[in-house]
Amino acid sequence: MSRINVVVVGNGMVGHHYVQTLVDSDIDANITVIGAEPRPAYDRVHLSEVFDGKDPADLALVDREYYASVGVTAFFGETVVSIDRTAKSVATEGRRIVPYDKLVLATGSYPFVPPIAGNDLEGCFEYRTIDDLGAISAGAEGKKVGVVIGGGLLGLECANALKNLGLEAHVVEFAPGLMGVQLDSGGSEMLRNKIEQLDVKVHTSKATNTIAPGDQRRLKMSFADDTELETDLVVFSAGIRPYDQLAKHAGLELGERGGIQIDYHCRTTDEDIFAIGECASLGDFIYGLVAPGYRMAEAAVSQLGKDKVSFSGSDMSTKLKLLGVEVGSIGDSKGETEDCSAVIFCDEIDGIYKRLNISADGRFLIGATLVGDCSEYDTLLQYFLNQIELPVNPESLILPSSEQVPALGVDALPATAAICSCHNVSKADISREIQQGCLSLASVKESTKASTGCGGCAALLKNVVDHELATLGIELNTDICEHFQHTRQDLFTIIQTTEIRTFDELLKQHGRGGGCDICKPAVASILASLWNDHVLENEHVPLQDTNDSFLANMQKDGTYSVVPRVPAGEILPAQLIALGEVAKEFKLYCKITGGQRVDLFGAQMGDLPAIWSALIDVGFETGHAYAKSLRTVKSCVGSTWCRYGVRDSVGRAISIENRYKGLRAPHKIKMAVSGCTRECAEAQSKDIGVIATENGWNLYVCGNGGMKPRHADLFATDLDDKTLIQYIDRILMFYVRTADRLQRTSVWLESMEGGLERLKSVVIDDVLGICSDLEAQMEHIVKSYQCEWKTAISDEQKLQRFRHFVNSDKGDDNVVMVEERGQPRPANEAEKSKTKLKVVSAA
Amino acid sequence: MTETAESQGENKSIFLSSLENLIPNSGVCALHQSAQIALFYLPTTEARIYAVGNWDPIAKANVISRGVVGTLENKWVVASPVYKQHYCLQSGMCLDDDGYRLPIYDISIIDDGVYLNSRL
Repeated sequence: MSRINVVVVGNGMVGHHYVQTLVDSDIDANITVIGAEPRPAYDRVHLSEVFDGKDPADLALVDREYYASVGVTAFFGETVVSIDRTAKSVATEGRRIVPYDKLVLATGSYPFVPPIAGNDLEGCFEYRTIDDLGAISAGAEGKKVGVVIGGGLLGLECANALKNLGLEAHVVEFAPGLMGVQLDSGGSEMLRNKIEQLDVKVHTSKATNTIAPGDQRRLKMSFADDTELETDLVVFSAGIRPYDQLAKHAGLELGERGGIQIDYHCRTTDEDIFAIGECASLGDFIYGLVAPGYRMAEAAVSQLGKDKVSFSGSDMSTKLKLLGVEVGSIGDSKGETEDCSAVIFCDEIDGIYKRLNISADGRFLIGATLVGDCSEYDTLLQYFLNQIELPVNPESLILPSSEQVPALGVDALPATAAICSCHNVSKADISREIQQGCLSLASVKESTKASTGCGGCAALLKNVVDHELATLGIELNTDICEHFQHTRQDLFTIIQTTEIRTFDELLKQHGRGGGCDICKPAVASILASLWNDHVLENEHVPLQDTNDSFLANMQKDGTYSVVPRVPAGEILPAQLIALGEVAKEFKLYCKITGGQRVDLFGAQMGDLPAIWSALIDVGFETGHAYAKSLRTVKSCVGSTWCRYGVRDSVGRAISIENRYKGLRAPHKIKMAVSGCTRECAEAQSKDIGVIATENGWNLYVCGNGGMKPRHADLFATDLDDKTLIQYIDRILMFYVRTADRLQRTSVWLESMEGGLERLKSVVIDDVLGICSDLEAQMEHIVKSYQCEWKTAISDEQKLQRFRHFVNSDKGDDNVVMVEERGQPRPANEAEKSKTKLKVVSAA
Repeated sequence: MTETAESQGENKSIFLSSLENLIPNSGVCALHQSAQIALFYLPTTEARIYAVGNWDPIAKANVISRGVVGTLENKWVVASPVYKQHYCLQSGMCLDDDGYRLPIYDISIIDDGVYLNSRL
């Protein structure tokens, strides 16, 4: 077959999927892509996350370099204005003429803007593209109120976006309920209640008559019921309309309700032109979801090759989180099929609504609605898609905490079961990949793309992969390293129960070989968490990671930085002066840290004891900045000084920092205490966050900043001082016992089966019966605390190690400082070679 | 290079340090002329002391003596304290990137002294 010219108009999610599928196939084609948006395809489904802090660049599905690398010619920011079907070419507004053998229209859709007077005033927006987001974001600057017209799926996404922009968000819907397409009235009502609790104002059965300039706000909306609403922004999200004008002008047939008419092969009425995605109409139905669009793309590609597949419609089931509320809709979610019967569970207290629609013979699931809790979605979807016979009491599938939930194990799924509907990956596909050597979840994801679309199947995919691996008799190796056939948790239990106190003893009894830089520091940390000996004792020194072994943080040039503890950031004037004097005397670079203390850089190893001696003289203790242990407890100034503070956050933070200082853990731990709900200490980004309330303290857990930020979860509210400390004791010790090596609390919680609820039941309800144990263990750590530097400088033997050469008093001649902005910094290579001949050790 | 067995000249032992200054299962650094030598005292091994260059060619800093010592597939290794590459203490080879190799030194323990065997 000769090489064919394929031109794809539109580079949205579906258009890109077409290109990718064609590139991956064995069809020999010259591909040209023409996209009207200025950028290559991106993930439109997760658009509102941009307002939640996601970088728009992270939404990208492809980049120009990739297209170039696979020989795809791509033009972005160019609109195709006409198709010449006789000459078989398209023309762009830039007058580019591109000839085609086969043309694929993936032009997508645009938001429907109702014909309301004033819909083009300043302050009116559409919600569809990254550029729209930019416009909305700019338009919301300094504004207070935003209204979304449209209470469907996209409208609610958009309301979330407005809320994230800090606006008071309203949703105005013409129909009597929200998400009328997917939800029955009960589900719709529950969704409304939940959304209103989140401070989004919902107005249903509201027809907007006009939009005009407002009195207090920029705009005033007038409704058919004679009410009015003033707002700064109006965003239209009242459904989508297919971009079919191009096809219409070219004389292609359209569907009755718009959209380019296609057959089961995604062909339009011109046999050389295909249409896929939201611009296409099959049997007068437009598939406005990404998964059916992908199926169309694949069907359309297959028409160019030997194995032709057809697209005859698609499951429109969907699961999503709208403003944090889980919503699921499967098949005939509203129960409109004749003679079907429903099982409905409604819990108005917890805001959960679930409905099963069951076939007339009572044997099969024909649809379901879930609001507030989608944990059964995956299971129900499998019952629906694979027409698995329902259990005798189908209600047990949705009732909470019922004892006999018939588990639909991965076993019960047929090989054809679709696990990932976005990328059409079946259970059989996963088995095959595993048999061909993909032996981890990550590699299965990479090779099948499963769970890389909407991500809704992540949990199910993991279960399938685990099950398939187990079936093949493949065990995942969780050994910490080659020297111990144990996990960190196992090692912790072994050391605790056998009361082993040294690495050598542990290695002799439970390991092999000589240990390494993985297991040695891990065991050193466990020994410290349990027995709390000084880390520089002879038997422990060789185990310590770089920084622990010299009680300071090694920098790139081999010098160290020094961070004394400044509990809660409260510091005496004499201490500030001493810091300055020490920095001057030892020529150290000074920087304030994010944890409210001071970091002194550039200390030579041999100077560390003298530096610490001076710091200890003014009352400083070691800050453990070098250790996987408690770092800082940040605080705001609290009720002592602040006009808004309700409690003494500084005092609380000092007592917490002093309690947990020195606690060694699987990873570093950061905490903060805020004196009121304004949260100036940013406690919700910490492992442990405490926020003062009128009645006590709210405790937040497992937050994180850094590379993968995680908002902390609210663990308990209005705690008194004693209970607060009790809970923190238990949480920290439980973390120390059960986390993996180098696992922060955020990841620990996320990988804990049962998550936050599980942690609560262990810490608050004591379901494991270990709380008194955890507290006793913490009490031991607190009681056995010593300032490691204070002990070190009074021990001649420990100080022996603090010199660069064992046989000379010289320093390291590779350490060269230059001055910048009045302070020293390490010289770079060029500066070094200028100042002296570099001395490299050589035999 | 450092294979004393092949050396032509007369072997000369240079005193570096007394053994008690070394830390069992850990490293220290000794200075010989301008060369920084990382000494690892592993009392249970046959060699007892391994000596390699203190210069970390990847981090470009004199830090190798401060790395954690251990075994990887039965080779004694030190992990760079900066970027954690592993170097074989016997051969000096970098196990993570064979483009790098530390110089190795021949060491003797005589009585309680640690000596560098040099061919000068």
